Amino acid sequence: MDFLRPASWEEALAAKAEHPTAVPIAGGTDVMVEINFDHRRPEYLLDLNRIGDLYEWEVGEDTVRLGASVPYTKIMENLRAELPGLALASHTVASPQIRNRGGVGGNLGTASPAGDAHPALLAAGAEVEVASAARGTRLIPIDEFYTGVKRNALQPDELIRAVRIQKADGPQQYSKVGTRNAMVIAVCAFGLALHPRTRTVRTGIGSAAPTPVRAKAAEEFLNAALAEGGFWDNGKIITPSVAKQFADLCSAACNPIDDVRGTASYRRHAVGVMARRTLTWTWESYRGARRATEGAA
Amino acid sequence: MRVNFTVNGRPQEADDVWEGESLLYVLRERLGLPGSKNACEQGECGSCTVRLDGVPVCSCLVAAGQVEGREVVTVEGLAEYAKQRAEGGCATGACGTSLDEAKSWQAKGSDSQTGEGTELSPVQQAFIDAGAVQCGFCTPGLLVAADEMLERNPNPTDADIREALSGNLCRCTGYEKIMDAVRLAAARQSEGV
Repeated sequence: MDFLRPASWEEALAAKAEHPTAVPIAGGTDVMVEINFDHRRPEYLLDLNRIGDLYEWEVGEDTVRLGASVPYTKIMENLRAELPGLALASHTVASPQIRNRGGVGGNLGTASPAGDAHPALLAAGAEVEVASAARGTRLIPIDEFYTGVKRNALQPDELIRAVRIQKADGPQQYSKVGTRNAMVIAVCAFGLALHPRTRTVRTGIGSAAPTPVRAKAAEEFLNAALAEGGFWDNGKIITPSVAKQFADLCSAACNPIDDVRGTASYRRHAVGVMARRTLTWTWESYRGARRATEGAA
Repeated sequence: MRVNFTVNGRPQEADDVWEGESLLYVLRERLGLPGSKNACEQGECGSCTVRLDGVPVCSCLVAAGQVEGREVVTVEGLAEYAKQRAEGGCATGACGTSLDEAKSWQAKGSDSQTGEGTELSPVQQAFIDAGAVQCGFCTPGLLVAADEMLERNPNPTDADIREALSGNLCRCTGYEKIMDAVRLAAARQSEGV
């Protein structure tokens, strides 16, 4: 095994181009587990810890450009207003020690269906900024990034530079089912974001299909129901039948398996419950904000 | 490969390090510092917690090559580290814990009645006084994590303590005595004892 230690992003891309089988390591919270357990013996480890750019973020007008290695702790501390869904998801990641090391770039690189960041990214809307020495930078829409169980749209010579996430324009929520509060891998997870500007709702489901997925049929149903009832304008409580239909469609978007953490039918059920709850939470928050701006009690 | 880094305030060099080796392995097997414990090797238990450039991390998940040029504090250096912090830095320029001192470090503690014994960090003394140690395997990781929290947050609520220690598993105590110990350390710290 060789340990490659590029000092800059350009050097890292050059190293990845020269050694396409090199395994990038940043926080190490996935890669080192595989090495410790002898599940993986990569020919090259490509250390990204010395590349300061990857630890920085920029808040733009519409998006946050989040460096691939920004640890979850920093997201929780600094980006709660801009990225509320991702900040909530970050808080559910493992433990303080892991959140101090791990970041969204690693979650995307590993592309496990159980990665905690994915539902929040899908719900908020995001593009993954990847780069190669030969072809420069390209942006991959988050919906096209996950291609299979632990597979993603990266080419062998590409590295993840950042993820460009839509800044929240409305309430966002994140919910995760596990056997305990800390140190738990999701049995299933759900992210929901209201986008009042476009009058749309977006979702993200984790750990309940081969890849993280959006519940698109549920989103379309809810968008239509909210528009039809004038809900965005009148700020009424979402009727229970609409919430139930939305929850059922979210359950139907799952394609889960039975495993040690839970059964497929439990996951489907739990995703429906989380969908209904996160919709209620975010909608109540939207209504509250509406009332506050209109000055009506 | 060779790795140069700072351990407990002193420069150290580890030779013949395998590229896939963890920081934990380097500390225990190459530098002879077995205070950081090796249990799950997957970041679940927190027994191997150390400070890396001040930040608590699981040393089993840090590749040895990643610590080149960086600073690590282990439980063996915690007493000295806490002392320097209390004194506002290193006045003499010769602080830190040498490898030999670290290897022979023992948690003798001071007798609660007489106050005699070797120096411990406040959190270590509190663990002894509160009876927060049973088998002791999780203790080093908990000490490092608890000490870091008290540095950041001198007056933690119970929820703060639980959150800060949520990455450290203890299978003996049921955590109540550990909570007592951290509350005790916080109270002593705020009283300036």
